[in-house]
Amino acid sequence: MSVATKERMEVIEEEHPVAPFLRMDRIPHIWCSTCGIGTAVKCYATALEESGVDLDKAAIVSGIGCTGRVAGYMKLDAFHSTHGRAIPFATGLKLGRPELLVTVFSGDGDLSGIGGNHFIHAARRRMDLLVILVNNFIYGMTGGQNAPTTPLTAKSSTMPFGNYEPPFNLPHLAASCGATYVARWTSLHIRRLTKAFKEAIDRKGFRFIEVIAPCSTLYARLNRLGTGFDLMQFYHHSTEIQHGADPAEVDIGFQDKIICGKFVDEDKPMMLDLMHEHYKKTLGDKYVPMPPEGGWLHE
Amino acid sequence: MKADPAGVLAGAHYLDGDFACGEGAMAAGCRFVGGYPITPSTEVVERMSRRFPMMGGIFIQMEDELASMAAVVGASWTGTKSMTVTSGPGFSLMMENIGLGAMMETPCVVVNVQRGGPSTGLPTMVGQADVMQARWGSHGDYELIALSPQSPQEAFDLTITAFNLSEIYRVPVMFMLDECVGHMTEKVVIPKAEDIEIVPRRLTKKPPGEFFPYRVNGNSVPEFARAGDGYRFHTTGLTHDERGYPVMSADCQEVCVKRLLDKINDNADDIIMLEEEDIDGADVVVIAFGITARVARMGIELAAKKGIKIGFIRMITLWPFPEKRIRELAGKIKAFVVPEINYGQMVLEVERCAGGKAATVSVPHGGGGVHDPDVIRDAIVGAAK
Ligand code: SF4
Repeated sequence: MSVATKERMEVIEEEHPVAPFLRMDRIPHIWCSTCGIGTAVKCYATALEESGVDLDKAAIVSGIGCTGRVAGYMKLDAFHSTHGRAIPFATGLKLGRPELLVTVFSGDGDLSGIGGNHFIHAARRRMDLLVILVNNFIYGMTGGQNAPTTPLTAKSSTMPFGNYEPPFNLPHLAASCGATYVARWTSLHIRRLTKAFKEAIDRKGFRFIEVIAPCSTLYARLNRLGTGFDLMQFYHHSTEIQHGADPAEVDIGFQDKIICGKFVDEDKPMMLDLMHEHYKKTLGDKYVPMPPEGGWLHE
Repeated sequence: MKADPAGVLAGAHYLDGDFACGEGAMAAGCRFVGGYPITPSTEVVERMSRRFPMMGGIFIQMEDELASMAAVVGASWTGTKSMTVTSGPGFSLMMENIGLGAMMETPCVVVNVQRGGPSTGLPTMVGQADVMQARWGSHGDYELIALSPQSPQEAFDLTITAFNLSEIYRVPVMFMLDECVGHMTEKVVIPKAEDIEIVPRRLTKKPPGEFFPYRVNGNSVPEFARAGDGYRFHTTGLTHDERGYPVMSADCQEVCVKRLLDKINDNADDIIMLEEEDIDGADVVVIAFGITARVARMGIELAAKKGIKIGFIRMITLWPFPEKRIRELAGKIKAFVVPEINYGQMVLEVERCAGGKAATVSVPHGGGGVHDPDVIRDAIVGAAK
């Protein structure tokens, strides 16, 4: 055994720093190599660790799709729900047990396509959710179909001659509906993305973070953009950091610049605060709030 | 355990079926409702949203019925007793997450105050045409429970039963009112909290390391861990093993799905509630449910004047279907007569179980009103020949 191999083996034997946050009995995961989802998960786990959250009180909900598998790998109370319905499912969890930190981790197709209506309403009512959306500009799990986020002219398996439908600008959508925290980073901005997750964990209300990530197997291949790693680097290099940028101005064109940064960070009361305040004012002593540990009946 | 007095409006009241259902839910311990307005069911959530803030309950008006049902399944995973309320078109939208509720084995109650369909149909008028949808509406194989009350008093009593059954068997329970029962006003007696029996969530006592969300020990219904208690469990709508982990195989499918069916079918005798009258020696047995059961009684009285021996079965439980009882009776009687406010849905089950040993007569009504009792009388007379 060469010295190099021996050293390598020693490195591998070390536990991965975020292993305690993952269901290691489910690893290897299903994601393709150089898919951007994995680094987003690593950043999220690091953020949980560094913010010292009580993990017993943290729940995660995903919808369906490649990113929809994230909940399945996180060692938290984890819910793999139906396509597009992660946000309303998470809304039920949060209202059923208000003390929980509830994260929704899902993809662009899931949250902004089939789940788009839930997205805007949860933002409007300032539901206390951390929503992490991995945007790879395409439906990955089903084979590269056009998404509501596919940039103009980019190819997908259902727009083989290029997309002609204008896509969503998701930070703009979230901000205009009432999100209290809105940021965007790429999956190679490890440090900044981790910091954004940490900040958002500490905020209240509808916190939205978009992670631009390569889909190596479909988006990169259909658009002849090289490997996933090429695309990851391309996104990183195409980034223009503009904190406080007007969310209306952060559209993403095909293989164009990507404006990243923190666009919104407002300290506003979230839905449950508004509700408590309102009922206290209108009902006085008659108001009985749901206990933080939930509305179940103690025996 | 006994009901939480905060939710129990003990006393004699004059209530419609929708209000009574809402009172039943609160008495049963329901503290979360996610819903979307739809006629003729909205009074249920109007009642609850007025009373909830005084008992630690939360009503949230979701953006649609897809979201309502998803939120109910989510809330139930915190141990909070959860319910949604709808009618036909909303019921259709809920089917996706009713399936999720069945697959994740989530206790919850879905109230459907039935109106005429299909599509927008007759929003303010009665129907009973969602009874097959209640059983088969979501894709794939699963079993659940559906109940049908005939009066505001039963809308109260059986809503409590619906919650209790959902806890015992960890299934969504379909509570199938119809517009007539929902909107009829009658006396409703609400007992004191200490006289109302409530089934609490069966929380596991195992420590986190030893708990598997879908492991069963002889009992076909697994123990429950709620979110936020340190179990860090995983659950999914995918076919899963006892850890709640997805396993894509025919073997796992067999184990996972078969148990969803067995836990209801094996306990059907305990679940099924029927009200039987004059069955012994009957030549014809009328089977009905909901408002139609009350109308059928009049048809039976009219036919009895002609000297026909008529038995009556009122189905309180629609699903699981009282298969065994129908088979038993089929060999002994001439015919079953099945009036229902649809073009023949439950009659298909009756016919299947009768297996040709007794005739089966459908007495359909398209909806928008109840049967003319004379029509039921004539059907009975015809069947007795
Ligand atoms: S298909 Fe695309 S998005 Fe899905 S795991 Fe593979 S690379 Fe990632």
